[in-house]
Amino acid sequence: MKNSLPLSLHIPQPAARPGQEPDFSSVAVPPAGALPRPEIDVEPADIHAFAYGLIRVLDEDGQAVGAWNPRLAPQALREGLRAMMLTRAYDEGMYRVQRQGKISFYVKSTGEEAVAVAQAMALDREDMGFPTYRQQGLLIARGYPLPLMMGQVYSNQGDPLKGRQLPSMYSSKAYGFFSISGNLGTQFSQAVGWAMASAYRGDTRLAAAWIGDGATAEADFHHALTFASVYRAPVVLNIVNNQWAISSFQGIAGGERTTFAARAIGYGLPALRVDGNDFLAVHAATTWAAERARANLGATVIELFTYRAEGHSTSDDPSRYRPASEASRWPFGDPIERLSRHLIALGEWSEDQQADLKAEVEGLVKQTQRQVEALPPLNGPEGSLEPMFTEVYQDMPWHLARQRQEAEG
Amino acid sequence: MAIMNMVQALNSAMDVLLSRDPDVLIFGEDVGYFGGVFRVTEGLQKRHGLTRCFDTPIGEAGIVAMGIGMAAYGLRPIIEIQFADYIYPAYDQIVSEAARLRYRSGGDFTAPITVRTPYGGGIFGGQTHSQSPEALFTHVAGLKTVIPSNPYDAKGLLISAVECDDPVIFLEPKRLYNGPFNGHHDRPVQPWSAHPASQVPDGHYVVPLGQAAIVRPGEAVTVLAYGAMVHVAMAAAQDSEIDAEVIDLRTLIPLDIETITASVRKTGRCVIVHEATRTSGFGAELSALVQEHCFHHLEAPIERVAGWDTPYPHAFEWDYFPGPARVTAALRRAMEG
Repeated sequence: MKNSLPLSLHIPQPAARPGQEPDFSSVAVPPAGALPRPEIDVEPADIHAFAYGLIRVLDEDGQAVGAWNPRLAPQALREGLRAMMLTRAYDEGMYRVQRQGKISFYVKSTGEEAVAVAQAMALDREDMGFPTYRQQGLLIARGYPLPLMMGQVYSNQGDPLKGRQLPSMYSSKAYGFFSISGNLGTQFSQAVGWAMASAYRGDTRLAAAWIGDGATAEADFHHALTFASVYRAPVVLNIVNNQWAISSFQGIAGGERTTFAARAIGYGLPALRVDGNDFLAVHAATTWAAERARANLGATVIELFTYRAEGHSTSDDPSRYRPASEASRWPFGDPIERLSRHLIALGEWSEDQQADLKAEVEGLVKQTQRQVEALPPLNGPEGSLEPMFTEVYQDMPWHLARQRQEAEG
Repeated sequence: MAIMNMVQALNSAMDVLLSRDPDVLIFGEDVGYFGGVFRVTEGLQKRHGLTRCFDTPIGEAGIVAMGIGMAAYGLRPIIEIQFADYIYPAYDQIVSEAARLRYRSGGDFTAPITVRTPYGGGIFGGQTHSQSPEALFTHVAGLKTVIPSNPYDAKGLLISAVECDDPVIFLEPKRLYNGPFNGHHDRPVQPWSAHPASQVPDGHYVVPLGQAAIVRPGEAVTVLAYGAMVHVAMAAAQDSEIDAEVIDLRTLIPLDIETITASVRKTGRCVIVHEATRTSGFGAELSALVQEHCFHHLEAPIERVAGWDTPYPHAFEWDYFPGPARVTAALRRAMEG
């Protein structure tokens, strides 16, 4: 008999919209320390549970528990805390100057600092990162000069990218930070090529790539996982699931009935799903993936489960599409507060030291800001149009030379 | 020196490059063990090893992205896209990534990739094996676009392209792979061996990018052509008995404007020929440039002969392909104008 039930079209909807109570009841919060740490040479097929679970190390009391505890020295923890706090202070400072009309655009990483900072510390200094625009913490953790970073954002004569890129789209080969495109997802498959080149040359360096939950829907994500699997590329493939792609919740990207980590299973790649606000868990999972890649066992997919605490960018107003208090209700807390509490629990840190450090990094941002702000604009009376026409090609072809002449009058 | 067809000349170029530079590697769909659907990479995997010339998954955007990542590392990848008609999935990686990497990173990262791909009609390939997408690449700042018309140039230009530090789109006129086709499809097929440009040195040499070749000196009218259309233009010059100066552009970006300008200023007339669809084709750019550089020397309107503005139609191959009859008619109009 013919089925006469009318078909219905499903459009995923988030749990709460503006004016409603935030609702994270569907988000499982497993206890810290619950998952074992498999050997790095485990068969991907034997650890499917890790794609659906959540690696957590820091418990509610700020104690590090379980097999994934990376047992970092207190000094390393303090360095990580400082890099996260400097990242947050830098974000706050740049957000403020954007609101003052001094820069055109900015992207904050508030609430996601543990992702970039802990991963930068777990990787080798020589490994190449292929980030998105929300991993500025990589540069800060690797000690990239703050005036250069800020010069890029100010797009003035302090800009190492010569005023050619939107603020936040940094590039530094020397600090292992691949040029940010601004087009989503393209870097994910490029990182696999970089990693293959490293393997081809018999080098020891890895590539690490980042992509947001939203951009996993791009074809580049599929290509990255396919090629990484086929050629066993030494790359760490990170999905930063911060729940929101501008105004679209992660269900629109395909996260409603599965996890992003589980994407790896169909490609035969191991997957780890991690509490992205837990500095220790992020560090430990990244270390596991890096060790595996260094042993010629290929790529690992890591889903970093976190929350974008602020707008997508300075052009976005999240109060238009999600409850304003959602960030403060995120069940996994704040990465800086959690690491600070852990250090205090270890007897290696104090509230006073925390306050001093906050003042120190905020002062550094202010001081650098004054220094960078004083630099002349690129296109002012002291400037030149040269950077607009150079480096399109290795050598300037005649038609560009002629256009430059015309532009310069 | 040996007699080579275009397939052999391209193969020889890659053989030379693989032997000279360990950073050169080749990949694409079916290029490894099998040697490519047009046999251009035949024997290279066997001679140079599995990691120097290998097969890829069918994912053009992934293939080009892999090349960009490798090039950013410091390698010099030669990428084969099996047909130019399949290049569109990789367009974002080529246009937004490879083309802009040097510029947007302040010279920090570069993407010296060479994307080889067979293009053009005359093989009854229908709409997905016959297109000429060169204008989609010449429109993009940061890319170089190269199109050879004979075996000697194919090898020398490919070596130049791979040794060049910019990303290069290298379009191979597939109808010319095995012979110098001049559009007279009803006449016997010619082998390359009877053509002087089939004399190809065995070792390393370059044909520089950005230099056109005058393949037939003449006084009456300038014909600008590239790829298979160079041979069609030669046939039209012969058929019409008009003393045309036929210029093989060889490189579209950077363009050899000096050779073009000197010729049109001498002849006062210009016919532009390409297989690609007419509207917004590279011929439009050429026409504008000739007008800008040679306006006071022109004695007739600039003529364009191009593919019709339709998808490439299978059964109408020879009604679509701009053959010698259409070029001859354009030459006559240019002489009367």
